[in-house]
Amino acid sequence: MSIQYIYPEFEVIRNENRCIACRVCERQCANEVHSYNEDKKVMISDESKCVNCQRCVSLCPTRALKIVKSDCTLRENANWQNDTIKEIYKQAGSGAVLLSSMGNPKSFPVYWDKILINASQVTNPPIDPLREPMETKVFLGKKPDVIQRDENGNIKCEMPPQIELSMPVMFSAMSYGSISYNAHASLARAATELGILYNTGEGGLHEDFYVYGPNTIVQVASGRFGVHEDYLSAGAAIEIKMGQGAKPGIGGHLPGAKIVGDVSKTRMIPEGSDAISPAPHHDIYSIEDLRQLVFSLKEATEYKKPVIVKVAAVHNIAAIASGIARSGADIIAIDGFRGGTGAAPTRIRDNVGIPIELALAAVDQRLRDEGIRNNVSLVVGGSIRSASDVIKAIALGADACYIATAALLALGCHLCRTCQSGKCNWGIATQRPDLVKRLNPDIGSERLVNLMNAWRHEIKELMGGMGINSIEALRGNRLMLRGVGLNEKELEILGISHAGE
Amino acid sequence: MKRVYVNEEWCLGCHLCEYNCAFANSGLKDMADALKGKNIFPRIHVEGDEKISYAVSCRHCEDPLCIKSCIAGAISKVDGIVTVDRSKCVGCMTCILVCPYGALALGEEGTMQKCELCAKNSCGEPACVTGCPNKAIVFEDRG
Repeated sequence: MSIQYIYPEFEVIRNENRCIACRVCERQCANEVHSYNEDKKVMISDESKCVNCQRCVSLCPTRALKIVKSDCTLRENANWQNDTIKEIYKQAGSGAVLLSSMGNPKSFPVYWDKILINASQVTNPPIDPLREPMETKVFLGKKPDVIQRDENGNIKCEMPPQIELSMPVMFSAMSYGSISYNAHASLARAATELGILYNTGEGGLHEDFYVYGPNTIVQVASGRFGVHEDYLSAGAAIEIKMGQGAKPGIGGHLPGAKIVGDVSKTRMIPEGSDAISPAPHHDIYSIEDLRQLVFSLKEATEYKKPVIVKVAAVHNIAAIASGIARSGADIIAIDGFRGGTGAAPTRIRDNVGIPIELALAAVDQRLRDEGIRNNVSLVVGGSIRSASDVIKAIALGADACYIATAALLALGCHLCRTCQSGKCNWGIATQRPDLVKRLNPDIGSERLVNLMNAWRHEIKELMGGMGINSIEALRGNRLMLRGVGLNEKELEILGISHAGE
Repeated sequence: MKRVYVNEEWCLGCHLCEYNCAFANSGLKDMADALKGKNIFPRIHVEGDEKISYAVSCRHCEDPLCIKSCIAGAISKVDGIVTVDRSKCVGCMTCILVCPYGALALGEEGTMQKCELCAKNSCGEPACVTGCPNKAIVFEDRG
């Protein structure tokens, strides 16, 4: 015990003057931190179980609770930091790979925060979005390079299949299994109301959600869970998941404990069996192999659905994207190294992949240089945190953004980063019925709609300030961006000038 | 008229409604002052177990049995809200026996109390509704 002991990371501070012993904290904590001492008539807490999800803090009716970081610390050491040492202790005890959830929390540079947006002054007047029309609609899919005419000289209007979005943001892939039924219901309903798309992730599509098909992207991942003809036909687009920003190069693992009831049925695997997605697609070892899967899926859906290929942002992303653009895919989705996950090995999450800003700029430039930019639309994700991140991504060359962590925050997630425990107190990353019902989709979908509407207003304000009245006119318009505190190489890759230039 | 309705699908059994009710009817401004160290006598009660739970309060029936049964004439309907005049209540508990919803209970002083939709306190909207974290309790006009 003693050699294994690690002092709890958080402390539960209870203001005894305010606590009325209503026991709401006790009932709401799936980690069983709080309990009531009948003899002393006081609430007590076992902070060793606390994950700082803030559920008790949020529901305490008298604001009697707060969670603080423990100040019990090991001796300071810039090299051997507290977390590093504690991870060693854990691994020395368990012999196991460390697991983590949600996005990379380490202090790598956030390039969004080193890029500034332009505004019009004097010579090119800004536009007021409250008075003048402002277009945020985008279409994703392959665009024709030239105008073609038939034998009578009429323009051929047939387009490859497109996705229409009311604004350049979509909810990215989170599987049913990794998140709850009510979380999926919230995303599906919000996407439908907003005129955007959500993504099933790799866990199949629950039969209740087929009605939201026109606003659904159905995913085909290496485990092929829940994939069948009706599933492919149900969505507005099909996404082949080659990789994920949080864990490039490895597959997924949903523990058998979460494969219960409808999750098992939807994934088409037995209850209690681990859902293991292999690291590679076992039938894809080249762009030619990828092309076969792209066209298999197109064939299965009569060439009516655009096919997205999602990859993690890694070192050779520009070359990889160039290959994908030639594979027949309609859309490339790139997931940066800060993207979230329901569970990933800590070392991989924190050390593999590259920032989405650099990947996006490199890919957009490469596709332009090769004259194949119109072959595909570009969707980027991996920690898009705000409307200004969206604007910067579009100006760097993206057609649209994927958000997931921001969407989960709207649903109540407090980023405690313990999704892998399956005991999400906010009813999101759990399959326990008593916890799942804590997320009422009436509330969840409303909050997602609010968030997206707020972003849409901000996007319009930012565009108006630049004197631009359509998202299409902003895409790839890197003159609208300037870097601050970036070196020559970073500016070169981002394709932007330094502020003041 | 607008009534309090409960959707058990979203009730978490957190019992916050009971504490918000007791506080709303305490007349005090601070919840800790009102409820700390006291037994509470809310007018809404959470029934059920860990799997399913729901909050029970007065349905404000069209034809309330409690009014008919009251031997002291203490219960009446004011603007559709079934109301107790606690100065008349003799604490015989006949209304508790006849209420098909189990919505009535004795208050701290031994006289009857029941949900009066926060019409007589300063909340405006029923406190159980505004305080419910999952919209399991709603205040709606369903005809």
